[in-house]
Amino acid sequence: MTAMIHEQHNMTPTVETKMTARDVKVFYGEKQAIKGVSIDVDMDNVTAFIGPSGCGKSTFLRTLNRMNDTVASARVEGTITLDGEDIYAPSMDVVQLRARVGMVFQKPNPFPKSIYENIAYGPRIHGLAHGKADLEVIVEKSLRRAGLWDEVKDRLHDSGTALSGGQQQRLCIGRAIAVEPEVILMDEPCSALDPIATAKIEELIHELRGRYAIVIVTHNMQQAARVSQRTAFFHLGELVEYGVTSDIFTNPRQERTKDYITGRYG
Amino acid sequence: MAEHTIKAFDQEMDKLRGLIAEMGGRAEEAIEKAMLALQRHDRAMAADVVADDKRIDAIEAEVEKLAIEVIALRAPMANDLRDVIAALKIVSVVERIGDYAKNIAKRVPLMNANQRMQEPIALLPSMGQVAGEMVQDALNAFAARNADLALAVIERDTVVDDFYNSVFRTLVTFMVENPKTISECAHLLFIAKNIERIGDHATNVAEMVYYAATGNTAPERERGGQNQED
Repeated sequence: MTAMIHEQHNMTPTVETKMTARDVKVFYGEKQAIKGVSIDVDMDNVTAFIGPSGCGKSTFLRTLNRMNDTVASARVEGTITLDGEDIYAPSMDVVQLRARVGMVFQKPNPFPKSIYENIAYGPRIHGLAHGKADLEVIVEKSLRRAGLWDEVKDRLHDSGTALSGGQQQRLCIGRAIAVEPEVILMDEPCSALDPIATAKIEELIHELRGRYAIVIVTHNMQQAARVSQRTAFFHLGELVEYGVTSDIFTNPRQERTKDYITGRYG
Repeated sequence: MAEHTIKAFDQEMDKLRGLIAEMGGRAEEAIEKAMLALQRHDRAMAADVVADDKRIDAIEAEVEKLAIEVIALRAPMANDLRDVIAALKIVSVVERIGDYAKNIAKRVPLMNANQRMQEPIALLPSMGQVAGEMVQDALNAFAARNADLALAVIERDTVVDDFYNSVFRTLVTFMVENPKTISECAHLLFIAKNIERIGDHATNVAEMVYYAATGNTAPERERGGQNQED
């Protein structure tokens, strides 16, 4: 399937593949939510997952760092690798995996602690900092990368929850960055934000591109068009089409993709 | 094609198509009337063609306004986006086609009614008819999203080119044999050139229609029958 998609949209195979999924199926009890999805995620391109509600895009995103493990009825089949390593192998340390594959959620969820602590917590428990000075460097670097430093540098010890929604979301991105992930998964990171805060997150995604492999789930097709270089369209648990974003939005190959992105769906 | 969930979007796209169909009809009519005016040396009809061109210009302005609104307010995607962009490009080309017809009509009163070049004048209306049909078909192809019809228009361009070459040779022969006809022949040569340009523009429209309908550029065509000048 992946080979076919590459051919279809002339995707250059030279990019560094970070994660691969092969014939991934997800079941919630008896119900099958994902029906055999194969896809590659690479370092150089932001990948957007789009599709109507219930199409499986978020479910699939959550398989990439085993967030579905926390759902008792969920069962995952198929193979998902990170740098060629099977992330569902028994030897895989899930805590370590989730540091390498970070996640940002729909609603900003900072810890009810200071801005500083929100960032410092991860590096501290993962043993990434040696001493206070080291930790301060990490906090500043992470907040700078998250585009938040200038706004909070004078009030690092204020509560993270006192920030605006957009700032909280950038704090959460900073918190994900602080543990030096390789992949960042974003599940509708802007759906609770106003257009200005959304634009700041989108600009941040653009700046983070290349340093981390980024996968974003979004309901907002314009957002997918703006921030991603690869777009995957999901429908009824299937990956209908995956290709270069500009191709998907100007000349989709599949009728279902076309109907969805032109607003003819349903 | 399935309807948009937002009905007003469909209405706007239909309106865009309707305006372009109307513009195509008017452009074809202008070509036909200009040819008739030339044949009959009918100054009143020629004046009509010049006056009617204002409506073609007005439709161009209307389509541009509507297309910009659709882009701004509806954020069209995929085939919708291609249609809107094609509409924008098509109207500026059809406006040029209208100008060529107008230019032909403007020459009618300048020509000498007593010194008719029967042979080329007999050839020009048929040439004009092919070009006019190409315009009409290209725009019908847009309205119907018909890529095959657009391809057929592209292929017909060589017919107009062949006509032009034939008219060109005839007129040069006339001018060589009888220099008194030069002024008359020069007008006819410009008219032939205008029709040849109309054929080229109709071909360009057809290529835009093909892209809008399929998402791919039209296959490269054989450029048969090279023009004698240009």
